[in-house]
Amino acid sequence: MAKWLKEIGPHADIVVSTRVRLARNIEGFPFPHILNEEKAEELKKIVMESVISGNSTLQNHFNIISMKDISQIERLNYLEKYLVSPDLIRHSNIGSALINKEETISILINEEDHIRVQCLLPGLQLEKAWDLAQNIDDLIEEKINYSYEEELGYLTACPTNLGTGVRVSVMLHLPALSLTGHINGVLKASGQIGLAVRGIYGEGTDFLGHLYQISNQVTLGITEQEIISNISDVTMQIIQNERSARDKLLHHRKIELEDKVFRSYGILKNARVMSRSEAMQLISDIKLGINLGLIENNNMEILNELTALIQPGCLQKYYAMELSESDRDIKRAQLIREMLG
Amino acid sequence: MICQDCNQRAATVHFTKIVQGVKNETHLCDECARLRQNKSFDDVFSIHNFLAGLLDVSGDSVRKQEYPNNFICSKCGTTYDYFKKVGRLGCNNCYIEFKEKMNPLVRKIHGNTLHTGKVPKRTGGIIKKRRELQQLKLQLNDAINKQEFEKAAELRDKINELNRQILDM
Ligand SMILES: [Zn+2]
Ligand SMILES: [Zn+2]
Repeated sequence: MAKWLKEIGPHADIVVSTRVRLARNIEGFPFPHILNEEKAEELKKIVMESVISGNSTLQNHFNIISMKDISQIERLNYLEKYLVSPDLIRHSNIGSALINKEETISILINEEDHIRVQCLLPGLQLEKAWDLAQNIDDLIEEKINYSYEEELGYLTACPTNLGTGVRVSVMLHLPALSLTGHINGVLKASGQIGLAVRGIYGEGTDFLGHLYQISNQVTLGITEQEIISNISDVTMQIIQNERSARDKLLHHRKIELEDKVFRSYGILKNARVMSRSEAMQLISDIKLGINLGLIENNNMEILNELTALIQPGCLQKYYAMELSESDRDIKRAQLIREMLG
Repeated sequence: MICQDCNQRAATVHFTKIVQGVKNETHLCDECARLRQNKSFDDVFSIHNFLAGLLDVSGDSVRKQEYPNNFICSKCGTTYDYFKKVGRLGCNNCYIEFKEKMNPLVRKIHGNTLHTGKVPKRTGGIIKKRRELQQLKLQLNDAINKQEFEKAAELRDKINELNRQILDM
C-alpha cells in the first residue's frame, strides 16, 4: 500500500497528502500524442537508463510498469492510488511508469509530456516532496537534454504547464468548513489568488467525502519556491479555518455532531450494500469524529487505507476478480465491515 | 495500407487535406479514427477544451480559414489549426514557429511570458550566466545612481568577466 495511504503525516487531521509534479520533455522527440510506438520505445529506454544506470542506489528501488502489459483493473488500481494518471492510461500503448517501492515517487513516461516526475507524501510535506522531485529531476537531466527555452522555460505539450512545469497540490479533508457552508468563501478566495480547487477522483463538481485538492494554476513567470510558499500559506490558513470551524461545531452543535458521527459508524459497521459515494461520506464523518475526540479506539490509518480500498479498481484487485457495479457495492460493504472489525 | 496510428490494423479511413497546394494524407483504421474523434469528447471538461475555448474567442470564422505555410511546424507537421482543436503542440519547435500566435495565449494563461524559475544544470549554463549578467547590470545602474563608484567599478569588472565567459561558451 502506498506510503501516503498507510502513514500519518504532519497536520494529518486535515491534510491527507502532498504532491509535487514536474513536467519535462526531451529534445529531438515530438510530444507523446503524436509519437509513434517505435520512437516511444526508444524514449522510454533513454529515461529508464538515466534513472536506473545513473544512480546505483536508485536501481533497486524502482519497478517498471508498462501500461500495455497490465490489466485494466491494475491500471485503475494505480490510478486510484494517484501513481499513474488518466492520460497515461489513455496512452496505454506507449505509456509506462517507474514506481519506487514505497510508492512515494512515480516517473511517468510518455504521458501528456515525455516525463512526469511525481512525488506523493502523507500529510503536509511540501519541502520534502519538492526535494525528492528535484533530486530525480537533476538525476535525469545528467544524461538527457530537456526541451528548454530561455524565455518560456521548460517546454510542455500543453502551454498551461510551461515555465517551471511544476504543479504542487495538497489534498485537504474539510468536513467542518463544508458542514458550516464556509467552504464557498475558501473556494472563491483560492480562485482569486490563482489557485485551483478540485474535488477528489474527478467527479465533476461533486466534492466526494469533503475532500478538496488545492493546486497552483500558474507555472510561468513565477519561481518554484514562490509556488510552494503560495500553496503553503494558503494551506496553513485553510487549516486554521477548518480547526476553528471544528471547535465551533463541537461547542455549539455537539449532540447533533455526535449523533451524525455514531450513525455513520453504525451504518459502516453493519451495511450490506454500500455505494462508493456513500462510503466516502461516512468515512469522512468518522474521521471528523476521531479528530474531535468523539470516537475513541479507532484507527485513522485504517480509515485512510479504506478510502483507497473502496475505489472500484482497488476493490477488484483486493478481491482479485472482475466485479459488476452491484457486486462491487456488496463487496465494498463486506470489506469495510471486515476492516473495522 | 496499414493504419498510421497503431501500425497494426488495415487503414479503412482516409483523410486528405490540401494546404496551399500541398497534399496531406492520413490513413487510419476504424478504431484509431474513432479514438481520434473521441478524444475531443472524452475531455469535455479538460484543460485542453478550455484552451480551445480561449482560442476560439476570435470567432468561428477563423477556424475554417486555411492557414498559410508558416503556421505548420516544419519539424513535426503540426498545424496551428490542429493545436487549436486538441490544445497540445507537437514538439518544441512548434513554440518557435507559432511564437507570435502563442505569446498572447501564454499571457492569457499565466499573466506572464517570461520564465524566472529553474534552469537545467548541465545545458543551462549560458542561460544562468546571462541571467546573472542581467542582475549585475541592474545593480550597476543602481550603484551609479547612488554615486557608489567603488562598488560600480567592482560590478563593472564582474560584468566584463561574465561577458568574456559567455563569449567563450
Ligand atoms: Zn489503427
Ligand atoms: Zn512541431
